[in-house]
Amino acid sequence: MTDPRHSPKKPSKALGFVPGLLKGMATTARTLGRPSHTAEYPDVQPQLPPRTRGVIALLEENCTNCMLCARECPDWCIYIDSHKETLPATTEGGRERQRNVLDRFAIDFSLCMFCGICIEVCPFDALHWTPEFEYAELDIRDLLHEKSRLGQWMATVPPPPALDPHSAQAQEIVAANKPPRAAPEARA
Amino acid sequence: MNPGLELTLRLVIVLAAFVVMSLVVGQTEHKVMAHMQGRLGPMYAGGYHGWAQLVADAVKFLQKEDITPAAADRRVFHIAPGVALAPYLVAFAVIPISSTWVGADVPASALFVLAAGAVGILGVLMAGWSSANKYALLGGIRAAAQLLSYELPMVLAVSSVALAAGSVSLTGIVDAWSPIWLLWQLPGAIVFLIAAVAELKRTPFDMPVAEPEIVMGPLTEYTGLRFAFFMLSEYAGIVVMSLLFTVLFLGGWHGPFSDALGPLWTLLKSAFVSVLIIWLRVAWPRLREDQLQRLAWLVLVPLALAQLALTAVWVVLSSQ
Repeated sequence: MTDPRHSPKKPSKALGFVPGLLKGMATTARTLGRPSHTAEYPDVQPQLPPRTRGVIALLEENCTNCMLCARECPDWCIYIDSHKETLPATTEGGRERQRNVLDRFAIDFSLCMFCGICIEVCPFDALHWTPEFEYAELDIRDLLHEKSRLGQWMATVPPPPALDPHSAQAQEIVAANKPPRAAPEARA
Repeated sequence: MNPGLELTLRLVIVLAAFVVMSLVVGQTEHKVMAHMQGRLGPMYAGGYHGWAQLVADAVKFLQKEDITPAAADRRVFHIAPGVALAPYLVAFAVIPISSTWVGADVPASALFVLAAGAVGILGVLMAGWSSANKYALLGGIRAAAQLLSYELPMVLAVSSVALAAGSVSLTGIVDAWSPIWLLWQLPGAIVFLIAAVAELKRTPFDMPVAEPEIVMGPLTEYTGLRFAFFMLSEYAGIVVMSLLFTVLFLGGWHGPFSDALGPLWTLLKSAFVSVLIIWLRVAWPRLREDQLQRLAWLVLVPLALAQLALTAVWVVLSSQ
């Protein structure tokens, strides 16, 4: 058994701590020569990656008031009010149609924990992440963003990442390129 | 010139140079330390890269409440910051920047500077004792112990240089200096530099104000302008020690075109020494109290004595 204290790799006792001291000075000198890591935030805007979870934007046209987001929200910070509206028949003797109208859509960012579950569960892509983060308020009640404010965030949503090569086309493009349905006159 | 006017003029110039150089060293410490740690340091005060940060700090300290603890020894507590700062001013006044630029030409200026510098310790000890705070007291006692043990190698290193020059006047020492001294007096120079950093109570010898152990040591109970005085005395100490090191070991105003650029050489060399002292603070950890005493008595004192013996032998041999 060899005593590890006498292994040959141990630095010589004569030099002792001197190499360590010099190394410390060399490291600090090297850091002095390099640019600093400081992000000068209020003066220089940060370069945030596109998937940054800054704030949630609402595309009101896509929302069907299905309430999935509100029900999945772990801390129930989404408020949705809606009512049904009856649309008169467009043709003589036709059926009246009903549609949902969104009265209120609000996210309370003082409760939100930015888990993104609402965005994941939305079947119609009505909710989007945006990297904007400068919406601090002096009054906590102002962190409740109503749908008009949530809609304003839409302008800051970054474009979706490009598809992989040879992947299937996006569903929207497939749908847009489908030939139109036969005109109703043909059946008459 | 009227002697009264000349005295006033000298006082004003020395005081202004003292304050300006201390602030410049303080600002340099802010920026150099920041960049050595990958930060930017002060950036706003004064507009350009925070050059007026210490001025802004002084304005802030002026506005702060001046608190004296109820149990403190009020008189001693109040004069301690002055006692810590004034000796450096006195020492600064007699250090020559060039053969003609000197605040007060004292015959035995090397002795005078050492004596004045040692008084500065008293301010810290007074602060620690009068604060009625156990941390302050511990810090004050640590400072006293540290300064006692480091005063000896420092005096020995200076006496080696004085012996080599055959003069205890700083001007005389610089006049006798030649580049070979850099090699010949190197052990003494190292001893002096280490002892100077220890006298300044700066990292790696900052046990008297070790924040994680004893809050801020003797400065714990100080606020406002009195605290600012202690901080200024730290930077002033760097200025004085750098100038002294330059004059004793680096040849002061010796250098190319020393007739025209003499004072500039002194300032340049002492700026280099100041940055070195700042650099040590950034790079090295704090020693423990027993390690500090060990270093002083088992390494520095023998080294300084050996240097003294070497110098004595050299002087005797070369004079024959």
